[in-house]
Amino acid sequence: MAERLVIALDQGTTSTRCIVFDVHGRLVSVAQREHRQFYPRPGWVEHDAREIWHNVQRILPEALAHANASPAQIAAIGIANQRETTLLWDRRTGVPVGRAIVWQDTRTASIVERLAQVPGAEQVLRRCGLPLATYFSAPRIRWLLENTPGLAERVARDEVLFGTIDSWLIWNLTGGVHGGIHVTDVTNASRTMLMNIRTLDWDPELLAFFDIPAAMLPQIRPSVQVYGTAEAVLPGVHIGAALGDQQAALFGQTCFRPGEAKCTYGTGSFLLLNTGTEVPRSRHGLLTTVAYKIDGEPARYALEGPIAIAGSLVQWFRDGLGLISTAPEIETLARSVPDNGGCYIVPAFSGLFAPHWQSEARGVIVGLTSYVTKGHLARAVLEATGWQTRDVVDAMNADSGIALTMLNVDGGMTGDNLLMQFLADVLAVPVVRPMVAETVSLGAAYAAGLAVQYWPDLDGLRSNWHRAAQWLPQMDRRRREQEHANWQRAVQRALDWVPPRQA
Amino acid sequence: MPGLVQSVERAAAILRLLAGSAEGMGVSEVARSLSLPKGTAHGLLRTLRHVGFVDHDSGSGRYRAGAALARLSLGHIDLNELRSHCINWADPLAAHSGEAVHIGALSSGEVLIVHHVFRPYDTQQTLDVGSRMPAHASALGKVLLAHDTRATALALGQPLTAFTRRTLIRPDSLRRDLAEIRAAGWGAQVGEQRIGTAAIAAPIRDYGGLVVAAIGISGDVERICDAQRRPRPALVSRVREAALAVSRDLAESRR
Repeated sequence: MAERLVIALDQGTTSTRCIVFDVHGRLVSVAQREHRQFYPRPGWVEHDAREIWHNVQRILPEALAHANASPAQIAAIGIANQRETTLLWDRRTGVPVGRAIVWQDTRTASIVERLAQVPGAEQVLRRCGLPLATYFSAPRIRWLLENTPGLAERVARDEVLFGTIDSWLIWNLTGGVHGGIHVTDVTNASRTMLMNIRTLDWDPELLAFFDIPAAMLPQIRPSVQVYGTAEAVLPGVHIGAALGDQQAALFGQTCFRPGEAKCTYGTGSFLLLNTGTEVPRSRHGLLTTVAYKIDGEPARYALEGPIAIAGSLVQWFRDGLGLISTAPEIETLARSVPDNGGCYIVPAFSGLFAPHWQSEARGVIVGLTSYVTKGHLARAVLEATGWQTRDVVDAMNADSGIALTMLNVDGGMTGDNLLMQFLADVLAVPVVRPMVAETVSLGAAYAAGLAVQYWPDLDGLRSNWHRAAQWLPQMDRRRREQEHANWQRAVQRALDWVPPRQA
Repeated sequence: MPGLVQSVERAAAILRLLAGSAEGMGVSEVARSLSLPKGTAHGLLRTLRHVGFVDHDSGSGRYRAGAALARLSLGHIDLNELRSHCINWADPLAAHSGEAVHIGALSSGEVLIVHHVFRPYDTQQTLDVGSRMPAHASALGKVLLAHDTRATALALGQPLTAFTRRTLIRPDSLRRDLAEIRAAGWGAQVGEQRIGTAAIAAPIRDYGGLVVAAIGISGDVERICDAQRRPRPALVSRVREAALAVSRDLAESRR
């Protein structure tokens, strides 16, 4: 009999990837396609959801062909997706209401400001685990309802569906206008600000607060559960899981025990710490989120520290400043000098996320002297990602009361040895990269495989995990503390840069 | 002196012409400037585009000097960029072979380790990135020497250090081994670098076939080799497949 395989569909911010895995969690084949980014105004970021769906229809068969596999060999397909990106579509035609509003989009700043003054605002954090911020979905739905002519009427006639990208893909895969199922997984729902973090159901008070009708929302399901079988693209294949991409990475890193943490270094950077079945409460600017929920088991929670700008700072260094021609060359440039030359970059391009949550912050480069060269700037770019991670780890240690003893890392930037060493140096703990760098996809595959008993249990998955590389701290304590103090002074200069708006 | 090849001269003239034109030129313009038939100019431009020396803007129909041309003067590929193309292939190689994976490039006569994936058994291992290996005694190094005549000449110009009694220290034995590696498309060291260990390596080629690095696995002789101390064919194929995959990825990105 032909080998059985599992497919992961990773719908990310810049591209969609389909990866086929074998029973040992080893990568068999990959297909990938980028989609366009639309920036219609400063601070606005949009995706064409139809383009994303078209890409999915192309790469799924492509990945199968690369693996020389037939659909009959596929035990299940799991979805990992960019989170918080908000889409409305017509349930009868399948046509999206405008373009999807991407998680980086800050157009809802004024709505968020206004909502913060409304009675009930003080309850939001307690109910959904998230602070009122432009980052999450609910203010975007509100914005669409207020700014799309005729939309309120269509919603009132129950013609419009809301979903994050997981919902959009599952709806289309299961038949779309011909009986597609309208569901979301609990991790994605935990990023909308509409789900009660304890009941794991849409919260009537939050719906009322944001004034969003319940009828347009998908049904919330466990992350690991067979939602249905595909009608389109791979007919008959079980859809066994959906997870927000960062939760998928936590799952792919097999951080199943409380106290285990991972950090993914991509466009942004996301540190998640498994806190078990307890709902954690942060006093230090972290998010409370659902890590995963296996059908029939209690949900597992996580503390999360999102960092908005990590790899995208390197991209800016390449495209905005033109100082390098490919992203990995930043390491070469950074190694041309022994240190940062006194220069620090705080990349608060659209405010600072965790643990500061300062939308008025803007990026700064400090410590410039005529001694500073592009090599020092390259160092400062890489170090910014290291220090931002340190800020989040400090907040996690303070919240959980347990000091992190090791950090699991993944994502594209783990190919940068200088950065990984710096990370170990500033965190003063070992930094470990697992054998499969594609942890987001692996997590989605693991979750889907569990749903159909392709893998028996979590322990079976753990035995697939292997260390591919490890960086140990080398920096001496005094230097670390001095540099940390400099970084903190740099952050102070970035906060509150945007002048207060005239009332 | 053998005759000069006219089409190479013409191609060179086209490159000079395009390099001097900021806004690029159309086919007819190129043909007119160099007094070439339009069909000839078009054929040359298409070939230059194929090798990445010329870019074509399908909107305006204009040709410009390509990015690959600018990189020519920079010489070898940036090693950190090279690593970014290796990661996705080095991990599966380690997972499937059960051995540690190294990727190296020649640097000052030695092999500089660019990337290292631990052996997938969770024993304590140390990252070797940035460390160096002797070129004539390692599988990576011999594969690299086999495809670099200048480096080979330099290596043979000085005494070859013995690391074990199997290390190839006689110039003619090393030369013969390098010729075999070139012919086979892969190389190995069996107890030449350290007693009891063996390694298999294959070349990573940039666009056009230039060898820029080598990828290989290493471990105990009993695991890497059969009872006759010959590298196991299944492992050799895995290494060669990984080398091909990285080469494809690299060439794809640098066209």
